[in-house]
Amino acid sequence: MSLPWIQHLILAPVLLPLLCGAFLLTINETRHSLKFWLNASAMLLQVVIAVSLLILVDGDYWEANIGVYLAANWQAPFGIAFLVDRLSAMMLLLTSLLGSCALLYSMMRWSRIGVHYHSLFQFLMMGLNGAFLTHDLFNLFVFFEVMLAASYGLLLHGYNLARIRAGMQFIAVNLVAALLFLIGLALIYASADTLNMSDLAARLPYLSESNLDLFRIGAGALAIAFLVKSAMWPLGFWLPTTYSAASPPVAAMLVLMTKVGVYVIFRLWLLLFANDDPSVAGFGNYLLFCGGVITIGFGAFGMLASNTLGQLASYGAIISSGTLLAVLGLSNPALIAPALFYFVSSTLGMAAFVLLIELTERSNDPLAALLAVTRQAFEYEDVPEQPVGVGIPAGMAFLGLSFAACSLIIAGLPPLSGFIAKFSLFHQLLTHPLSVDSLLFMFSVLFAGIMATIALMRFGVRTFWGSGTISARLHLSEALSVIVLIAMGFALTILAGSIFGYMERSSTDLQNPALYIERVLAEPMIPSGGKP
Amino acid sequence: MELVLAIAIGVLFGSGVWLVLRPRTFQLLTGLLLMSYAVNLFIFAVGLIWVDHPPLVLEPDEIDTSNYADPVPQALVLTAIVIGFATTALYLVLMIGSRGITGSDHVDGKE
Repeated sequence: MSLPWIQHLILAPVLLPLLCGAFLLTINETRHSLKFWLNASAMLLQVVIAVSLLILVDGDYWEANIGVYLAANWQAPFGIAFLVDRLSAMMLLLTSLLGSCALLYSMMRWSRIGVHYHSLFQFLMMGLNGAFLTHDLFNLFVFFEVMLAASYGLLLHGYNLARIRAGMQFIAVNLVAALLFLIGLALIYASADTLNMSDLAARLPYLSESNLDLFRIGAGALAIAFLVKSAMWPLGFWLPTTYSAASPPVAAMLVLMTKVGVYVIFRLWLLLFANDDPSVAGFGNYLLFCGGVITIGFGAFGMLASNTLGQLASYGAIISSGTLLAVLGLSNPALIAPALFYFVSSTLGMAAFVLLIELTERSNDPLAALLAVTRQAFEYEDVPEQPVGVGIPAGMAFLGLSFAACSLIIAGLPPLSGFIAKFSLFHQLLTHPLSVDSLLFMFSVLFAGIMATIALMRFGVRTFWGSGTISARLHLSEALSVIVLIAMGFALTILAGSIFGYMERSSTDLQNPALYIERVLAEPMIPSGGKP
Repeated sequence: MELVLAIAIGVLFGSGVWLVLRPRTFQLLTGLLLMSYAVNLFIFAVGLIWVDHPPLVLEPDEIDTSNYADPVPQALVLTAIVIGFATTALYLVLMIGSRGITGSDHVDGKE
């Protein structure tokens, strides 16, 4: 007997980039376009796989809408289980779409300034996809390291001084975080004798008090490792330097990598600590909430203090991480679906913004923008000569409109998806009895929104309405990738109803750990004839 | 034996933390190495320390698990060693590159 081939589709998002990346290594670096098109077709194939997994998961192909793949046909708690549910299928789709756009952006220029860009890109995709699919904590560590190793290479791609300085910090911070991750894993294994996430959730209620203490310490160490990646306030100082130094397509992927930390925290916290068992229920939620709110504040002030668009984008990403962590910390089940919508919307908005930055700065002397902001800060009166009768070139019009659309999504202003996400969060908070925490949360999100609006408007006005701009030289591929990302933001707005339905369903799944425990531990092995 | 191991892990990790907080890249690298040794020993110790207990089941039937050490931490520690080694090697390459470009071995690339 063998598995139906559709079952193997669960592993395809890991295997395909691995094989493609390895194959790309063998092709000579001078054959740019061949490498690009191979990479692009692998990315498109990943989009197709992600869409089909999404359809399968949301349809009724698998029992309870959870697909389980037992690696090497080992029964669940012993071998490594891969699991695809609505949340991970959504993340796979988001990753492959974002990756495709970043790759398209790098077609003309960025993929050519160093070696092995395409292989590293595929290995990064492998790490990301694996982190979304795996249901084993140690395997998660392995995929995190694959992802990080590829991202170190990509961050240093186009070796210059700024990237080396940023890389030194980024790698050191992540190596220390990886060690903490390992300590957390070891403590969890010591206390619960398992690393399978569902098995862990099943065993938690039966742990003795001393083992439970060990488990709490382990979960805390693990959380610190993830929070370093998702840049919660005291742990996220590496982020602005790294984002500003990375080349734009890599920065777009880094936006997603920040969200991987948030994803893992969502997955683990909802699976392990959302059950009714009072011994561990709500573990660390209050810390997550406080950290999230402080992170929002830190990001808001950071945005105001930013001198460059790169820093502005970094602090925007910090705000969005903080919002998600604070929502999880509020431990209100009704908030998970809007939070997932916010997750997707802010990731797309930030990625488009990061790509846009470089296009804007290319057409605009970055020093002029910096001077403009400084001049404003010191109220230095210098009326620039007004250009009379100059029409708006198409390139600038495109950049200006895209900048406005990204700003609307990031700041959460109507009518785009950022507004819908925040509105639905607030709506859920207001329909429940109000507490001090929820008021604090709403206040900080609104405050961050206003700060983001001010900071973005200041840059927008100085960049697009100021004098001295030269016409932008854009490649079609670069413009197209920004357009696609923003179009997805529009699609989120227009199709908000059906997408929200999906988020609601995935939030219901996520808040039923018993479902995962049953599906993973009861997944049958494929009987073989005794011989391999 | 547990005490010796615990002290060794503590000393390694403590020295590692101190070195990681130093300003020179080589100190940072040595610190990361010491910390990863400590973590590897820690994972190994999680499976409890046994003498004369192989991690393999040799008898075909009648398995008494108390005669065998837990094989999982040993597998974990092997993977962790390999990954830690690779990422540290990557950092070493970056360190040499940074030294070449900036002419300084300070972590910020300038004194």
